[in-house]
Amino acid sequence: MASQTLYDKLWDRHLVAELADGSALLYVDRHLLHEVTSPQAFSGLRSAGRKPWRISPNVAVPDHAVPTMRRELGVAGIADRVARIQVETLTHNCREFGIPLIELEDERQGIVHVVGPEQGLTLPGMTIVCGDSHTATHGAFATLAMGIGTSDVEHVLASQTLRTHRQKNMRVVFDGTLGFGVTPKDLILALIGRIGTAGGTGYAIEYAGETIRNMSMEGRMTICNMSIEAGARAGMIAYDAATEAYVRGRPYTPKGTEYADACRYWQKLHSDDDAVFDREEYFPVSALIPQITWGTSPEMVVGIDGCVPESAGSDEAARASFKRTLDYMGLEPGQALKDLPVDKVFIGSCTNARMEDLRAVANLVKGQKVSRSITQALIVPGSGQIRLQAEREGLDAIFQKAGFEWRSAGCSMCLGMNDDRLQPGERCASTSNRNFEGRQGKGGRTHLMSPLMAAAAALTGKLTDVREL
Amino acid sequence: MEPFKAHSGLVIPFNRTNVDTDAILPKQYLKMLGKTGYGDFLFDDERYLDPGDVDIPVTERRPNPDFILNQSPYDHGTVLLAGANFGCGSSREHAVWALHDYGIRVVLAPSFGDIFFNNCFNNGLLPVILAQSVIDRLFELANQPGECVLNVDLEQCELGHGKDVWPFVVEPGRRDNLLSGLDDIGRTLAFGETIREYEVRRLPLEPWIFR
Repeated sequence: MASQTLYDKLWDRHLVAELADGSALLYVDRHLLHEVTSPQAFSGLRSAGRKPWRISPNVAVPDHAVPTMRRELGVAGIADRVARIQVETLTHNCREFGIPLIELEDERQGIVHVVGPEQGLTLPGMTIVCGDSHTATHGAFATLAMGIGTSDVEHVLASQTLRTHRQKNMRVVFDGTLGFGVTPKDLILALIGRIGTAGGTGYAIEYAGETIRNMSMEGRMTICNMSIEAGARAGMIAYDAATEAYVRGRPYTPKGTEYADACRYWQKLHSDDDAVFDREEYFPVSALIPQITWGTSPEMVVGIDGCVPESAGSDEAARASFKRTLDYMGLEPGQALKDLPVDKVFIGSCTNARMEDLRAVANLVKGQKVSRSITQALIVPGSGQIRLQAEREGLDAIFQKAGFEWRSAGCSMCLGMNDDRLQPGERCASTSNRNFEGRQGKGGRTHLMSPLMAAAAALTGKLTDVREL
Repeated sequence: MEPFKAHSGLVIPFNRTNVDTDAILPKQYLKMLGKTGYGDFLFDDERYLDPGDVDIPVTERRPNPDFILNQSPYDHGTVLLAGANFGCGSSREHAVWALHDYGIRVVLAPSFGDIFFNNCFNNGLLPVILAQSVIDRLFELANQPGECVLNVDLEQCELGHGKDVWPFVVEPGRRDNLLSGLDDIGRTLAFGETIREYEVRRLPLEPWIFR
């Protein structure tokens, strides 16, 4: 057989049929659902009199619009009436169609892309879809994982397949060792800065190289998570010993001889040595410094010692867009980013709310105080289990003593669907994934960065090079 | 879904790149449970001067006079002409529902976000990828005084304005979706037997997938 990329292998394994119109039916092994992008899909099933094709591939969890405080009240504690109805609708739909649901009160509840891997719902070799663009997170486990729209959520429920088109192959090779204070988040931000937010459009990206091989599963998830910010629906990483160590013993991971069989198959989940990619990027990392976004697109990113660009060149539309961005962000051309005062700090999201992130933050802020100029510093764990683990390790005490608010799990201020959001003009050091206008609240100004950099900003009250603390 | 065969409408020159789905429909409207009723909230952050939410009637809000959808003649436009990477970011199909519910039937751009592009075809909205040179020419026409009406013919795959005609390409399956207005799911379930056969083949290879 000809040499194949990891993507080609996953595609071929899941191909049900190639259709005459050029699309393909791809089998879906795992379908994750949440409250925001599923109600219309369930309504569609109901009105057509259809049932789910299979039950067990589906798991639902509310995460997007849930409050991160007073969770002992359960769904009744959701103050926003419309959001409460949406979460209740998820419960109702799951009961009606028999879909397994991790409820708000369950300690396993959390951000769907944190919960999947944590529970072993995410297993190597799977195809995984969810009505959420950050589904690529699961690609860290050598899966083909993609975000889909609500029509496709309904399609997957009804047929266990996705109508889709084969992507081109791109490989990004990260080479070298990350320096002190530099994290996987900095790596993916720098890549997006290089190839642009449309650089990966039409491609499935495989991240490879020495840096990835030496990276934890949590770091790999951070990288794959932001593939969509580079335009790619799917990002993935080959299976190796780190993948095996992570999935072993999780609740939904196969057991006994079946686990041994699974591992034998999973060993094949890598690109062949002589596989050909449509595009390759080589990215040496040893000189990389902590990254920070200055604008309203993730590609508007520089090192912490950098400045806002002086201009956007001669193209009229580009100049207008540049001016608009700077007006929105309250910045001047050529302005240095370091020492820019921030109002709020958000440490959380499906990009950076796992144990490794929280431990790194705790290590930095232990015995220190959040700057008085910071009006709110939130730490929102990615799941209830992470919250419990952090509390077992005493991290909650460290955070609260330093002046951070320690919240319950959910998407929170990454997209501001609950009460956690920015007010107009507020500047935020955020570990989330999008700095779009209004993303964290109408008029809010988001600077994306790593958890270490956000923690440093919390301590000093301004954008800070964490390596200098 | 209503079939899309051809459309004739006023072009809205929306000369911006990387228009994300958060901008097309902000988060507070994702709490709604239906597929309609989003049109009033299209580009909400920019379209109104005051903040909005599901429960706030738009008639009580102040429109932003500087925003193109609030300006004549563009306030009755139905063909949105935009810059590269339109619809990037969040997978929210609500962005497509908002455009369609508002009355937009065609979006023209040099490139689109992948998930948005895919979502359009499931909702009777035609996204057309055009060469930058054609996009530039259309912006020239749309920015001239008077109304620029474009005829979009999906059966012929042609855009027309006066004597000018520009061909475009749409994948056959996606084109059929729009032309017929047919339910994708029904067409897929016609392959039910093929899906069952696939499951039977796959089961012994990875039984844990079928637990």
